[in-house]
Amino acid sequence: MDLTSISPVLLLASLMVAATPILLAALGELVVERAGVLNLGVEGMMITGAIAGFATAVATGSALLGFVGAAAGGAALSLLFAVLVLWLRSNQVATGLALTLFGLGLASLAGQPYNGVRAPPMPELDIPLLSGIPVLGPILFRHDPVVYLALALVGGVWWFLHRARAGLVLRAVGENHDAAHALGYKVLRLRLLAIAFGGACAGLGGAYLSLVRVPQWTEGITAGAGWIALAIVVFASWRPLRLLLGAWLFGGISVLQLNLQAANAPIPVEVLSMTPYLVTILVLVLISSGRGRARLAAPGSLGQPFHASR
Amino acid sequence: MKLNRRTLLASGATAATLAVLGVPVRAQDAPLKVGFIYVGPVGDGGWTFQHDQGRLAAQEHFGDAIETIFQESVPEGADAERAITQMVLSGCQLIFTTSFGFMDPTANVAAQFPDVKFEHATGYKTAPNLATYDARFYEGRAVIGTIAGRMTQTNKIGYIGSFPIPEVIQGINSSFIHARKVNPDVEMVVIWAYTWFDPAKEADAAKAMIEQGVDVILQHTDSTAPQAAAQEAGNVFTFGQASDMAAFKPTPRISSIIDNWGPYYIQRIQAALDGTWESQSFWGGIGEGEVLIGEITEAVPAEVKAEAEALAAAIGDKSYHPFTGPLNRQDGTPWLAEGQVATDEELKGLNFYVEGITGEIPA
Repeated sequence: MDLTSISPVLLLASLMVAATPILLAALGELVVERAGVLNLGVEGMMITGAIAGFATAVATGSALLGFVGAAAGGAALSLLFAVLVLWLRSNQVATGLALTLFGLGLASLAGQPYNGVRAPPMPELDIPLLSGIPVLGPILFRHDPVVYLALALVGGVWWFLHRARAGLVLRAVGENHDAAHALGYKVLRLRLLAIAFGGACAGLGGAYLSLVRVPQWTEGITAGAGWIALAIVVFASWRPLRLLLGAWLFGGISVLQLNLQAANAPIPVEVLSMTPYLVTILVLVLISSGRGRARLAAPGSLGQPFHASR
Repeated sequence: MKLNRRTLLASGATAATLAVLGVPVRAQDAPLKVGFIYVGPVGDGGWTFQHDQGRLAAQEHFGDAIETIFQESVPEGADAERAITQMVLSGCQLIFTTSFGFMDPTANVAAQFPDVKFEHATGYKTAPNLATYDARFYEGRAVIGTIAGRMTQTNKIGYIGSFPIPEVIQGINSSFIHARKVNPDVEMVVIWAYTWFDPAKEADAAKAMIEQGVDVILQHTDSTAPQAAAQEAGNVFTFGQASDMAAFKPTPRISSIIDNWGPYYIQRIQAALDGTWESQSFWGGIGEGEVLIGEITEAVPAEVKAEAEALAAAIGDKSYHPFTGPLNRQDGTPWLAEGQVATDEELKGLNFYVEGITGEIPA
């Protein structure tokens, strides 16, 4: 074993990158679930965003425009979900699963002409001065703009949910949609906006895979990242800052796992691979037991269809 | 044809007449339907892509005489049995299942339909109507291992393994033996990805290796993500896996191992058309044209290129076997004596590293 060959600085830097797609997708899903809607279609929206972003980037030659296209693609697919569950009041779990299957197929079809095509490069955002700081520079200040966008979004969502009036209304809709409706809030309109935001974030996460992390289009590129994003939302007990922690944990362990293997650590690969999931279970047990129990509380109306007549 | 009692009787009579006259009933009226079960998407740019190229080559060769269908991204496991059965029920008379994990499902379905012919890639279970076929990828690994040993500056070569099965262990051993032969200081870093296809994970594995000083990466997984990661890092060399991965020429991809299934598919479909098809276990390599070495790019010095090509030629005409003694097992016990060559049975059950590789094979 040669643990000295693992550089902690590079490890933390790649952790930030590895966590970004699941962070973005999970953040969107957190807002959706806070509004009382359970959208299991994250995987489908991510991969749709991945191909929409890739196609846009190839057509325009700009990776940044690609991300705009990805957000639009993810949001467009999520609107389909919104119409089905909000107005036609279909079962949210079944519709979400269908959305994942549909998204995977759609992306595979749309991606046919893009096999083997190269993506335009993403501009690195070396922040002058700060990126020169030893240790902290490479970890924090030498990433691409999307990493910073994701971090800013975490802060933004936290501020929105806990400091803004509109966020309070959104939480009210998620906790008890009948009460919120009685107070005169537009439950369906708010949920529509939340779902679209969730779709756009998932799309950005997917495009981060196809444009930065991999970077190319291959079928099945998300490989289950959307499901991990769903798990992180529960792990974070629907709180944005814990969500950041969860995403770093998942990203960190998946990167550390590979690094330990390369350094010949005498730990079985299987144990390392399941660590993130074990930690999730552990955290869920801890925060849902005893005094912490109240904090776990999922949004009260999560997964229930709403109709103004009831 | 509309099927009522009269036409049924008539066709029965025709068939009987033809049988009496000794004319084969099967042929001419309908094309032979050939099915392919793929483990990944056709667009993976690697393993499944090459199988589909083989299918297209066969379709082109036989034209209207055959009809080919395929199902992609079939999961290995119970669902594969359903997919294969469905293919039989849709009228396929010859079915190729193209991944190791389809072995038991294929054997099960083959037992149920003795009149349908099956061919399973990379497995070891056979039956009168179930043949196996495989390619000696380790022959190609010997060639790119040689190039890797010559090209590395840091003396650290990375190998992204998929699953710890004999085929992959053959590849690791073969590339290491030949890298060390030309560069005694070389070390091998192995990462098991536990997937055949997961671009994000493969990219992360490649990045982890690069961060630890690896500058030549061999992969046994199917996506081109490690190539992209190497390109971004710069100064890191890779090899195309299964498919040429020519988009990454001239660097980081400096050569490749190409699976060339077309000739085999054409030969076997011809046998099925002629009625001479028999169950067998086929294991072809460079000599049979089933494993091709992709273009060695100009990033490789001319003398290294010549050395690699000479090795490929020697393997191709069977004058040299990549597993030729003296070779020791990882723990130092002797495996092959001077001049002794590993048997096919030994290779098909290979479950240990050769001497010099550090780390353990996961159980």
